[in-house]
Amino acid sequence: MSSEADAPPAEAAAEAEAETEAPAPRDELREGLLATLTEALGDAVVASEVAGGDLTVRVATDSWKRAVEVCRTRLHMDYFCFLSGLDWLPNPTLSGEKVWDTDDEAGKQGTDDEETTDIPTAVQSGVAGGDTRFQVFARLYDTRRHVGITLKADLDDNDPRVESITELYRGADWHERETWEMYGFDFAGHPSLRHIYLPGEFEGHPLRKDFPLLAREVKPWPGLVDVEPMPGEPEGEGEGAGTEGGDAG
Amino acid sequence: MTVTTDWQKSAYIGGQAADARINVELETEGMTLNLGPQHPATHGTLRIVVRLDGEQVVWAEPVCGYMHRGYEKLCEVRTYPQVTTLINRIDWLGHFANEVPFILAAEQLMGVEAPPRAQYIRTIFFELARQANLGLFLGDMGVQLGAITPVFFAFRDREYLLNLMEAATGGRFHPNFDRIGGIKEDLPKGWIDECKGAMKRQRAFCDEIEDLLMGNEIFQTRTRGIGVIPAAVGLEYGLSGANIRASGVDWDIRRDEDSPLAWKHADWKVWTHPDGDSFARYWVRLQEVRESTYIVEQLLDGLPAGSIQAKVPRIIKVPAGEAWMHTENPLGEMGYYVVSQGGLGPYRCKIRTPSFNNISILPWLLKGVYVPDVITILASLYFILGDIDR
Repeated sequence: MSSEADAPPAEAAAEAEAETEAPAPRDELREGLLATLTEALGDAVVASEVAGGDLTVRVATDSWKRAVEVCRTRLHMDYFCFLSGLDWLPNPTLSGEKVWDTDDEAGKQGTDDEETTDIPTAVQSGVAGGDTRFQVFARLYDTRRHVGITLKADLDDNDPRVESITELYRGADWHERETWEMYGFDFAGHPSLRHIYLPGEFEGHPLRKDFPLLAREVKPWPGLVDVEPMPGEPEGEGEGAGTEGGDAG
Repeated sequence: MTVTTDWQKSAYIGGQAADARINVELETEGMTLNLGPQHPATHGTLRIVVRLDGEQVVWAEPVCGYMHRGYEKLCEVRTYPQVTTLINRIDWLGHFANEVPFILAAEQLMGVEAPPRAQYIRTIFFELARQANLGLFLGDMGVQLGAITPVFFAFRDREYLLNLMEAATGGRFHPNFDRIGGIKEDLPKGWIDECKGAMKRQRAFCDEIEDLLMGNEIFQTRTRGIGVIPAAVGLEYGLSGANIRASGVDWDIRRDEDSPLAWKHADWKVWTHPDGDSFARYWVRLQEVRESTYIVEQLLDGLPAGSIQAKVPRIIKVPAGEAWMHTENPLGEMGYYVVSQGGLGPYRCKIRTPSFNNISILPWLLKGVYVPDVITILASLYFILGDIDR
């Protein structure tokens, strides 16, 4: 392993030079990274996407740690950016639902330059999305080639569990604690999963979609009807428009 | 299996050696010291539990969450334009800089690009926010080390920047000025000249601080060689911004990544320092403020004419998709991972703040240092509590 880790910086430097010469090879760089990752992980790469100057890879849950390790050793991702979770529950009991409704009303009042989008009833999930409800994702970065990767893994609905990557990136410690607290994911092998933001006796996982935001349950968000006019556009178009509000922090 | 590289081994051995020294040299009874939550060195309400053996730290653990405001949850129940109001308050000294990456992420999902004039003005405000933020650090570091005067200079000269901000945006601390597809208003009349004057003042302030504080012998003794962060360890913990550039990593997102903002139109330099100690972090930030004034001057000279707002629908709906956008904020790398489901508000907004990673290194870094150095290290890492707790 150490020989692998030692060899490629020269290659990396060469690639970086190639990149500065022409802007186009940038995506080739990412495709190269993806190829290395696919080669190392095989079937564990569930889906991948190189788009918009970014690389997103979804891996199988049990290969999560292995994927991060490959990124660290073979793709030379030396910088740990963040790790967090996602909850794809389609029907939040938050006022998220109310937001879509208001959108509909406002849309009916009709501004012509507005494209009509369907109100989402089910959550779409493709490469970026997931097959299960929960997803863990992390962002790693190479500070020499200036290229980053978003790694994702789907987690089980009832038992969200994944291996900890704190052995690979010590910075992941706090991020895993935060994700554990906010989403209830279990990180096997983490030295001590303790609360980081919330008090120790707190129950529930606040960032899950089914965790109610009490302030919104009690009183509807006054900013819902606030649609600020664009500069140069006459005010008072449509009802509820043109009110200067939404400054409540 | 673990990845063991040479530096990991040496860091481990170093840690063990520090432990051994403490155990052998001092046979004193241990003591637990609570630093904060209301200690001035913590810039807000961070508590650090330090276990001491004599004067030396054996173990340290930051306790955050005294100011957790749940912004990631709140973002999910707000429309895109309303989110900027919230995220202004993450790093309250770098106000405007917080808004930019979020707006860029939303723009990327919508396929909208702001006109050049708007990008220039955004960049100018971004840099003003950087100066206001780091300028305060330059003075505040003195206070932590016992020099009271610099902080008065810092507050005095920050006032000029805040006045500029207020003149253009109406808000001193929370401009809430960035819009999807552009900015809210154009610059007021006479603002450019005022701004150039303020940049000269900022440079004078930097010179003054350099004269007054950085050359000071006590300051040097108390910062040189204190809290050394090797580059590899810093990167592993996710340190960014001046903290990692002070460890010799030549990485600045403003220069290294293709951004729609206008940094590429100015001629400027990224400063690094090889030492990785508290002094290096101070030195890099001082150079950054100075460099920032040159960026602003160049952008003011090259300010293009034209519209400040691209055409966007009156009701902003962002197509389904995911976007990650990060910028080099005053404190380090700040980024937003925005997941949209095609509605009025973000479905999920992960806020990656620099300070959270920057202080996660503390348990490693504080091991074996002496009590007064804890304050120096805390001050030199420079965090904002809102930026840790979100």
